[in-house]
Amino acid sequence: MLLEMAVAGAGDRIVVGSRERGLTAAELQQRASAAAARFGKHPIESVVLVDENSDAVPIALFGAALAGVPFAPLNYRLPDDQLAALVERLVPAAVVAGPDAVDRLESLDGITMIERDVLHDDRDVLHDDRDASATAAGADVDPESVAVLLFTSGTTGVAKAAMLRHRHLVSYVIGTVEFMGASEDDAQLVAVPPYHIAGISTILTCLYGGRRIVYLPAFDPDVWVNTAANERVSHAMVVPTMLGRILDVIEARGTQLPSLRHLSYGGGRMPVDVVERAMTLLPAVDFVNAYGLTETSSTVAVLGPEEHRAAFRSDDATVRARLKSVGVPLPGVEVEIRATDGSVVAPGERGEIHVRGEQVAGEYVGRSLLTDDGWFPTNDAGYFDETGFLFLDGRLDDVIVRGAENLSPGEIEDVLVAHPAVVAACVVGVPDAQWGEAVAAAVVLTDDAAVSDEQLKSWVRARLRSTKTPVHIVFRDVLPHTETGKLLRRVVRDELAGAPVSGIATQTP
Amino acid sequence: MTMDVKPGTRLYSAVCTTEAVVVRAPSEPVDLRCGGRTVEPASGPPVGEPEGGFDEGTLLGKRYSDVAQSLELLCTKAGKGSLSIGQELLQLSGAKPLPASD
Repeated sequence: MLLEMAVAGAGDRIVVGSRERGLTAAELQQRASAAAARFGKHPIESVVLVDENSDAVPIALFGAALAGVPFAPLNYRLPDDQLAALVERLVPAAVVAGPDAVDRLESLDGITMIERDVLHDDRDVLHDDRDASATAAGADVDPESVAVLLFTSGTTGVAKAAMLRHRHLVSYVIGTVEFMGASEDDAQLVAVPPYHIAGISTILTCLYGGRRIVYLPAFDPDVWVNTAANERVSHAMVVPTMLGRILDVIEARGTQLPSLRHLSYGGGRMPVDVVERAMTLLPAVDFVNAYGLTETSSTVAVLGPEEHRAAFRSDDATVRARLKSVGVPLPGVEVEIRATDGSVVAPGERGEIHVRGEQVAGEYVGRSLLTDDGWFPTNDAGYFDETGFLFLDGRLDDVIVRGAENLSPGEIEDVLVAHPAVVAACVVGVPDAQWGEAVAAAVVLTDDAAVSDEQLKSWVRARLRSTKTPVHIVFRDVLPHTETGKLLRRVVRDELAGAPVSGIATQTP
Repeated sequence: MTMDVKPGTRLYSAVCTTEAVVVRAPSEPVDLRCGGRTVEPASGPPVGEPEGGFDEGTLLGKRYSDVAQSLELLCTKAGKGSLSIGQELLQLSGAKPLPASD
């Protein structure tokens, strides 16, 4: 429906790619139809993407919709065995992959491999399939059918497949975006990966709003700044880690980005000093802080440009504090803060954030978390201030959000405890200027152990990956527990967050 | 003829090419028409012409609502008929200015 509307409304507008060589809405529809015909030749149950950003992402997304199967973009950075495990949950499937990924997956059963470039070049090669593609393009997509499957790394570390149905995504788009509201010169720089909810929602909102998408294959701050300048990018969305690094480049080079008017950020805790630095370096840019989850079809609350400016120049502590807020709920979304007993708490009181609205899916494969009356418990902690601004206060569970990546402490603790010298371990996130949160660990060693923090870091790095390796490790005689034996993670976190970093890093038993 | 609608319900004009999706719905059933005739729950070839007074047409991507703001429709395909509840024509609603967030 969204693609059809875009084609009918402005079919010759370039929707993805460069100003000179990009695809128009009509060309995107043509390629999506061709892709759907290609997918439809096989008895598939999903279209999997294992690739960086490219113009093939929207083709595959709409192609999957036209073929009537979910689109499941996977994290191509996962190790081979984890990636294969996810693909095995999605077969029989058509797998759209970049050149690097084809070799990694080819041996798996139940998949039909399609090279990314084939989708992009699928214009004239499909004469035989014209009838099939015409049928596919004309078919009405069932609003109840699953549009997208996104794997989230939950508390247990086992990936959950969040399901977004067409009606959720359509509600989100038509509820938040004005049809063809963008000017023809607008361009959105997309650097979030396709397996992130923002990577999906941006395709839909840009297409519907009439804003051209310019992709970065993967994020790099220098390339980001160059592309923003060369493609006269007007809009962009970044996760916290990206923004700081972009600002470093802008500052070091003295680059001006005169076309850039609008920068939204979200996907993790944004250090307030980074926001202030951004507003100082880019005074003409409108900043938007967006709060949303995969399970809510992206954004549910925003702090808009005017609120940013008002907070930035205010001496009033309440107004000033709003720079740390995620703003107010979208018109179509209700938000409540509830205590553990389910009661709605007063402003200023911390509790679990619950959301309700047409865009809220709250559903995983095999299980919905929605209550009977449609509320989704987000597992995020937060509170409203007296004036109705929403503030986040970490995850209710203790997932560490490093950059835009969710890390499960349990997985890292398991690896630490597997070391012969380690008796117990508690892994927590501590505030970090660059990554939002950094991984820190408190470790209890065996009595006769002689192991350094560097040795333990190497141990973890060898078994997981560098982003999951604790930056700080401290050694303790015992870990704090409740009377019922539950680990007091919060106590450890507070202690590690307050400790001087250099002192921790060099400490050995 | 009245019908129950809810957000996401898709509606098709009986007399022109207009298609719309419900954005906001009242709790009570409504007598929803396009071109003066009751809208259809499924797509089909248009029959006849819009009635006089209900032939101003619909515009792609525009939102239409009643005076009470209890119902809002988004036009997903333009046509020659006008949307109404009974005899009350729906009006173009102003765009909601929301900042782009992704």
